[in-house]
Amino acid sequence: MSKYSAFSVFRHALSGNKSWGRAWRDPEPKASYDVVIVGGGGHGLATAYYLAKEHGITNVAVVEKGWLGGGNTGRNTTIVRSNYMMPGNTMFYERSMKLWENLSQDLNYNVMISQRGQYNLCHSPGQMDAARRRGNIMRANGIDADLFDRAEVKRRLPYLDYSDNARFPIHGAIYQSRAGTARHDAVAWGFARGADQRGVDILQQREVTGYLWEGGKIAGVQTSRGDIRAKKVALCVAGHSGHLAQMAGLRLPVETHCLQAYVTEPYKPLVDTVISFGAAHFYLSQSDKGGLVLGGDLDMYNSYAQRGGLPIVKHTLASAKALMPSVSRLKLLRHWAGVMDMSMDGSPFITKTPVDGLYLNGGWCYGGFKATPASGWCFAHTIATDTPHEDNAEFTLDRFERGYQIDEKGVGPKPNAH
Amino acid sequence: MIRIKCPICGLRNETEFTYGEDANVNRPSMDEQGVQPWVDFVFNRDNPRGWHKEYWHHVQGCRQWVVLERNTLTHEIGNCELARDAKLPPSQASEAAE
Ligand SMILES: Cc1cc2nc3c(=O)[nH]c(=O)nc-3n(C[C@H](O)[C@H](O)[C@H](O)COP(=O)(O)OP(=O)(O)OC[C@H]3O[C@@H](n4cnc5c(N)ncnc54)[C@H](O)[C@@H]3O)c2cc1C
Ligand SMILES: [Zn+2]
Repeated sequence: MSKYSAFSVFRHALSGNKSWGRAWRDPEPKASYDVVIVGGGGHGLATAYYLAKEHGITNVAVVEKGWLGGGNTGRNTTIVRSNYMMPGNTMFYERSMKLWENLSQDLNYNVMISQRGQYNLCHSPGQMDAARRRGNIMRANGIDADLFDRAEVKRRLPYLDYSDNARFPIHGAIYQSRAGTARHDAVAWGFARGADQRGVDILQQREVTGYLWEGGKIAGVQTSRGDIRAKKVALCVAGHSGHLAQMAGLRLPVETHCLQAYVTEPYKPLVDTVISFGAAHFYLSQSDKGGLVLGGDLDMYNSYAQRGGLPIVKHTLASAKALMPSVSRLKLLRHWAGVMDMSMDGSPFITKTPVDGLYLNGGWCYGGFKATPASGWCFAHTIATDTPHEDNAEFTLDRFERGYQIDEKGVGPKPNAH
Repeated sequence: MIRIKCPICGLRNETEFTYGEDANVNRPSMDEQGVQPWVDFVFNRDNPRGWHKEYWHHVQGCRQWVVLERNTLTHEIGNCELARDAKLPPSQASEAAE
């Protein structure tokens, strides 16, 4: 498989771009693998890539029911940051940030990481105190964080509402300069190409419908197009985690909820950073094509439907207007939804399960895109060595019975509140 | 927009209601000593892809709690009844009626 470079772009341009090869193969499955990964989103593909690259385990298949990145990987608002403060989360997300910073070079695929910075606005003295605490924890762990007062936020983001009429006055913001966005599809495709080059089979249009069992141990998967044997089966199915766990007789501390995203018509460069509202669950950024990318609340009720309702559209756009009144003149072009694996404490799982031979990566809520590289890296470590790495050691299923929830927001076991 | 047929107020928009939670979780009896039944009650969920019984609160209507059957895959709406009338695991029904 050829290496991408400026030279190859030039050479292919001369031949009318007709001779580019496939980025990954479309193989027939082998009868058996060392590891079968269920789910061809970013996390499944990254797991396959790091299993091959870091652990030399290449007899691996990724089984995807639709197309690569057609789940939440291709539906998210692409924000990447590492501003977590709970032990167990902080260094995991910072590992991810460090992997992002070199990911395009590592994969030889442009994932368009853009460290444009992210502001979390504060709208009360209490929120400023909480931001100061979070920033101090980040800095104590060697992660960049800045606290800005109202005047500095106004200087940097002059287009927000600072008038006397603002429903939620802006008191300041916590800022991470290394945060930003990446290109979601490219992340799936880059990891797929890298895994394929190292011998991993990527099998699309093949739904896992059950497991093969041998003496109480999982020995492979049943799919819509035949059985595949495997020594280890690893789930990376996001919103379908509960569904696939149930087939193995497990109940998870997870509920599936629907989250929408929105893009406006393209506009001139206006927002050169990522801004999160602190008064309601709302954030925005601007894509390279010019559309403002908006995100808001869950629809709140359990859903596997991959489409949301209009009440949340209205709610989200009201938040947009409260934060940045000028957006009310823009038309919404598209909106869509993904099904989220909302965990009971808002934190994920990268762990072995009580079922022999079954490994779980899930519970990402609406923050798993930023985790993609570290999630794959840590899951590969867990699968290859049968022990967690220290950066995912807390992401176990038994943390609930032990009383060690990792609840960043401190809202308790309400999955739709995280 | 989901339209919910409240047994008291009739057909109303979803925006008048607040979503409560899964109505199938079975609360252990108060003298339960084991850890696992409590962990299952507080944290673990069936999370079905299909029909789901769930609590909704008609906050901007009659303020009653109702139990709604709804399909999580198609958003189809089924039966809706007052929580105090719903046939749920016994310990839970008494909770809801309090
Ligand atoms: C609207 C929205 C906005 C978001 N915004 C952000 C953000 O700004 N920042 C951030 O960090 N995160 C964000 N997220 C969360 C993030 O997108 C996810 O946590 C992350 O992409 C999950 O990746 P994944 O690989 O685990 O899941 P997915 O990409 O969903 O991949 C799972 C795959 O499993 C497949 N699958 C399911 N069942 C089966 C089966 N039975 N057999 C075979 N394959 C199966 C699915 O088809 C799917 O392709 C957002 C999510 C949404 C929906
Ligand atoms: Zn009513």
